[in-house]
Amino acid sequence: MIVAFVAIQFIPTERNQSDMVPKTDFVVANNPPAEISALLKESCYDCHSNHTDYPWYNKIQPVAWFLEHHIKEAKAELNFSEWNDLSVRRKNSKLRSIINQIKDDEMPLWSYTLMHRHAVLSEAEKESIIAYITEVKDRLP
Amino acid sequence: MKNVKMTLGILVITLVTLTVTSCNNGKKDHYGENYHSEMTNHGDHGDNSGMVNESKDDNMMIKGEKNQEHSKVMASYLELKNALVADDNEKAQNAGKTLMKDLQSFDTSKYSAEQQKELKDILMDATENAEHISKSPIKHQREHFKVLSKDMIDMVAITGTSTTLYQQFCPMYDEGSSWLSANKEVKNPYYGSKMLKCGRVEKEIN
Repeated sequence: MIVAFVAIQFIPTERNQSDMVPKTDFVVANNPPAEISALLKESCYDCHSNHTDYPWYNKIQPVAWFLEHHIKEAKAELNFSEWNDLSVRRKNSKLRSIINQIKDDEMPLWSYTLMHRHAVLSEAEKESIIAYITEVKDRLP
Repeated sequence: MKNVKMTLGILVITLVTLTVTSCNNGKKDHYGENYHSEMTNHGDHGDNSGMVNESKDDNMMIKGEKNQEHSKVMASYLELKNALVADDNEKAQNAGKTLMKDLQSFDTSKYSAEQQKELKDILMDATENAEHISKSPIKHQREHFKVLSKDMIDMVAITGTSTTLYQQFCPMYDEGSSWLSANKEVKNPYYGSKMLKCGRVEKEIN
């Protein structure tokens, strides 16, 4: 068991850390108020974008594997870095899901906020994100 | 103390991740059971599918040859709609799975380039919503059903329909939401038994 634990520490994982913020990024494309950008980056971007600020324990296996898998799934669902590549129809779908997930306290995931206390959204923060996302949705052609 | 907390956190995350990932594979689907039920039922409700709206003659002309795929998609969608009307979460999950497969196997090659582009967009969006429906509790299923219904209404606008459909509307759910039904009588999929009769027929689609 211990041997296995030590051995897996040497298996590398793929890191989700692009330094370039693409033009298709949600924040770049929509230019939200600074407060909203900060909230999105703090509470969503670690999993739903091409840039993760990894926690220290990502250096430990099998945690790194779980995070890698988790981030991959999260990005398949919604990737803020590739936001503007989506069609109007798909944007509408995603924006609705964002609103519902935040409203229902499903996102940010509790397993994420457990270790990232600063990512917890207060009621007021939830309201301002929902109001802003609704605005973006209503602005769609 | 802090270390203990963190170690505990890691353990919890590991466990949660394991549980979540394994749950997804838990339920084997038994789809394919009578997804034609509503389509076939339809004959009992004053079928006049032979008599169609002239303004859509483009669709009418080609209907015979390519309605196979969208009929299949529509049948699964209606199956899902009926499950939501009946407040049946599990049945809706299964219908979502079937619908997902039908959407994925939809061959758009017989349509014009422009229609294909639009259809692919619709199919992709609908597939994603169907996927969520296939593994969500009923509240979420209904949220996704709203977006899915918009996709289906737009799909039918391109593909046409081989049987009469009724576009129905509930003004109460999420600031007003539409859906499609093969029956004129309103049975609300957004509220189910809570408000079964809420809604009206917006449009008859032939």
